[in-house]
Amino acid sequence: MITLRNLHKSFGSQKVLNGLDLDIPEGKITAIIGPSGEGKSVLLKHLIGLLQPDSGTVEVDGESIVALRRSELNRIREKFGMLFQNVALFDSMTVFENVAFPLEEKTALSKEEILCRVLSALEDVGLKNVENKFPDELSGGMKKRVGLARAVVLNPRIILFDEPTTGLDPIIKRTIHQLIKDTHAKFGFTAVIVSHEIPEIFDVAQHVAMLFRGKILQFGTSDDIKNSTDPAISQFISGSLDGPIQMV
Amino acid sequence: MVQAVGHTTIGVVRDLGRAGWFLLYSFYMIVRHPPSLLHILKQLRFIGTKSLFVIVLTAAFTGMVLGLQGYYTLSKFGSEGMLGTAVALSLIRELGPVLAALMVTGRAGSAITAEIGIMRITEQIDALETMALDPFKYLVTPKFIAAMISLPLLCAIFDVIGIYGGWLVGVKLLGVNPGAYFYEMEKAVVWRDVYSGFLKSFSFGVIIAWIGCYKGYYAGHGAEGVSKATTESVVLTSVIILVWDYFLTSVLL
Repeated sequence: MITLRNLHKSFGSQKVLNGLDLDIPEGKITAIIGPSGEGKSVLLKHLIGLLQPDSGTVEVDGESIVALRRSELNRIREKFGMLFQNVALFDSMTVFENVAFPLEEKTALSKEEILCRVLSALEDVGLKNVENKFPDELSGGMKKRVGLARAVVLNPRIILFDEPTTGLDPIIKRTIHQLIKDTHAKFGFTAVIVSHEIPEIFDVAQHVAMLFRGKILQFGTSDDIKNSTDPAISQFISGSLDGPIQMV
Repeated sequence: MVQAVGHTTIGVVRDLGRAGWFLLYSFYMIVRHPPSLLHILKQLRFIGTKSLFVIVLTAAFTGMVLGLQGYYTLSKFGSEGMLGTAVALSLIRELGPVLAALMVTGRAGSAITAEIGIMRITEQIDALETMALDPFKYLVTPKFIAAMISLPLLCAIFDVIGIYGGWLVGVKLLGVNPGAYFYEMEKAVVWRDVYSGFLKSFSFGVIIAWIGCYKGYYAGHGAEGVSKATTESVVLTSVIILVWDYFLTSVLL
């Protein structure tokens, strides 16, 4: 369980998170939706300690991760995997080396075992015969899959997805969403997905949180959010230009 | 006005503190969590081996110019036989360490900043952190160790090539006695000269890795941020090398 309480974060004079509260349920897929620039990625980076809040608490399994020493934070981070918005594959390494890297650094597995684990992780995300390619030789969708394989290869308990399907065509989007659901069903991790994909995300996530003006406007099941009467949520889901969300 | 001065001052002090912490933490990591031999060897190849060509070329022409200028000056006093000493002392005490360091700054220091800067803006450093791995162990400390090893070795090569460059011009072209060239050199150059040159090179290696990694690690946003960091890295490293050289020389003389 991840718990956020009264979280505040500003960058200069821009207030991004403004007293945000959220409980992320264990073993479920939770999506965080909201207009662009509202701080969804900022929120995600707080969950893993990449950003520190100005005030408020972030607790993972009842343990606060705010202002922890690096070694203590790393102990908590071992529970996490993360798929970045731009995938963040190591561009000087091959696909195989990228996926093998966490195994080589964090486990005492033999080379043969690592080979098996990497090939199996790549196969789980539908990739074959790409082990020796470099990231810049892959398409956007393939990169996302490699990123997903790297995120799950250590079987983390929590995986964070930062806009996993942004910039992909509809078929690849659906494939990535299906992969997230399949890997979640297989490994049972807690997933937090930051996404703009409306309405597809409602089929992927069991819980959805709408972030607006630095706070969680509503948290509930996918159906709760889909049927919400809140004007901002209705506007965001329908994509209407009229409503409380003003982009210009 | 007062607010602007205060704001700038706080910014400078904060940056100095962060750069100081960066250096201390790098040495802490070298001692407590040393990088793998493979990472060090890769960086030795990049910073050391791949700089060889430019070092040899620069050294040869520096030595040749020293041969010409030294001959011109010494011949006014009828002391052409001291040419070997003049070339060797200039190179070993001063020009070898400084020019080798400036060449490595231009070739490898800029690349170090660009590499780490690109990793920063493409979230590759964040990716390491989310894997509970310390980026310093993979990106920073191997470069520190490689630079500290490479610079003294490159300086030694610079000195030797430079001395033979001076010999080529002085002895082969201008007719200085070959025996005098090396004999006077052997008499004048003492271990302290060699030692001070190596000490300078070693410290220049630390400066190159420190500023190169620091500027990349805290690079700003986008391609412009990396470009700005790379320029600042080369300029700042070169200036610090020259200033530090003065202080070190005044202490070691």
